[in-house]
Amino acid sequence: MSETALKSSAAAGTAPAMLSVENLHAWYAESKVLHGINFDVREGELLTLIGRNGAGKTTTLRAIMGILQKRTGSIRINGDELIGKRTFEIARKGIAYCPEERAIFSSLSVRENLLLPPVLKPGGLTEEEVFEIFPNLLRRASSQGTKLSGGEQQMLALARILRTGSRLLLLDEPSEGLAPVVVKEIGEMILKIKARGYTVLLVEQNLRFARKVADRHVVIENGEVADILTAEEVERAPERIQSYLGV
Amino acid sequence: MTVQLLAGQLLLGLINGSFYALLSMGLAIIFGLMNVVNFAHGAQYMIGAFTAWFLLTNFGVPYWAALVIAPLIVAALAMIMERLLLRPLSNLDHLYGLLATYAIALIVEGLVRQRYGATGIPYDSPIKGGVHLGFMFLPWYRLWVVLFSVVTCVGTWFLIEKTRLGAYLRAANEMPQIVESFGINVPKMITLTYGFGAGLAALSGVLAAPIYQVSPSMGSNVMIVVFAIVVIGGMGSISGAIITGYLLGIVEGLTKIVYPEGANMVVFVFMAAALMWRPDGMMKSN
Repeated sequence: MSETALKSSAAAGTAPAMLSVENLHAWYAESKVLHGINFDVREGELLTLIGRNGAGKTTTLRAIMGILQKRTGSIRINGDELIGKRTFEIARKGIAYCPEERAIFSSLSVRENLLLPPVLKPGGLTEEEVFEIFPNLLRRASSQGTKLSGGEQQMLALARILRTGSRLLLLDEPSEGLAPVVVKEIGEMILKIKARGYTVLLVEQNLRFARKVADRHVVIENGEVADILTAEEVERAPERIQSYLGV
Repeated sequence: MTVQLLAGQLLLGLINGSFYALLSMGLAIIFGLMNVVNFAHGAQYMIGAFTAWFLLTNFGVPYWAALVIAPLIVAALAMIMERLLLRPLSNLDHLYGLLATYAIALIVEGLVRQRYGATGIPYDSPIKGGVHLGFMFLPWYRLWVVLFSVVTCVGTWFLIEKTRLGAYLRAANEMPQIVESFGINVPKMITLTYGFGAGLAALSGVLAAPIYQVSPSMGSNVMIVVFAIVVIGGMGSISGAIITGYLLGIVEGLTKIVYPEGANMVVFVFMAAALMWRPDGMMKSN
């Protein structure tokens, strides 16, 4: 796969904001984790939240999704405010979430896991379309979900949310704990998803992986946005982002 | 031991087992999704029976209508209870839910005893007559209870294990936040599940009214056995609760032949054995 082919369409740069996060503060119980996060995700764009462990990347996704309820500021999807809404209401606005731990249900088979999320919006992928993107899953359709390898579980977790019809996908470290060859495969899947017009907000620590798929990078440090860089800026001067990550 | 005696006790055990299965299934459903040990289950069973009796004596509502109306009333009350009492406790240790439901059980039982007294109130059987089987006389009503219980248990098992709704329930039991992130209103699903479990208890109460009479203590008398059955079957296991309910009803009946004094404790012997050798239960929970 060429580097150029891996990049997104230029259209993402001019597209309107699908998700706007403004002055987002969030807490775990009494402990404040986010201190005024600001960024936009444009329609059709793949934006990464990148930063060191504990910087607040996963917390940002959980706050957007309403899993972390104690939050202030503003989070809007296509202009609709999400602060104060419950997780299921946020999902119905067209946001799908794939957590870091993959969250495959052990009591369900691969097919049951795949078919579990209801179709919330028109345009969700059919079972056949999902198996076209993730052919491995078809072979293991009747296996118990948690019996799959780490890579297959990640594919299942990704595939599952494509069925809902949501156009904004929040992906939390899909490369985490996977062998390099599987990471490459997951990267290709994500690009296929993006090519279908999905907007993706991706949390990553793996800069190599993030550089291959992203249009822009939002660097998070200590619960704040430290920098926002386009893919081109990172290509020209990778040291700018590397300095934040300590690599 | 005669064949007549054996067959008779088997049949009586099966009738008791029908109630055990229905009640323990409701408990297992509630525990499976909510992790709440619903000590109010016995009170909900008793209120089901009292509602049927109240509807009949005050409004002339027959048994067959009460079989639908009483569970709906109890389910509605249970859903209010879930919203007001259990939901605020849902993030705390399971013990708080247990204590809260136990308090409700004691309050409800006390209020009913105060209003209607402690003695049993008869409720006429809606199906008269029976059949001589040679070894015993089987009233038609008891046969109806066994059949109705089997159909309800199998239907509920099918709903939970084989349908999309059941898959939501099982998944929400594992990771409620993830199920909610799929756009499913999990809090509402929990409320409805609690109402459904309580409705099953009330349904058992209406079924029991013509057999055991209607009394304030009818729930607390049977609940301790039902809890033991849920433990033996595997906490939260629907099929475990159903199978163990019928089996232990029969075991209890057979113990009456060989060691009548032990019939009341045989279930607890099994529970102790299960906790020692198979603490996850006969059929491990999903």
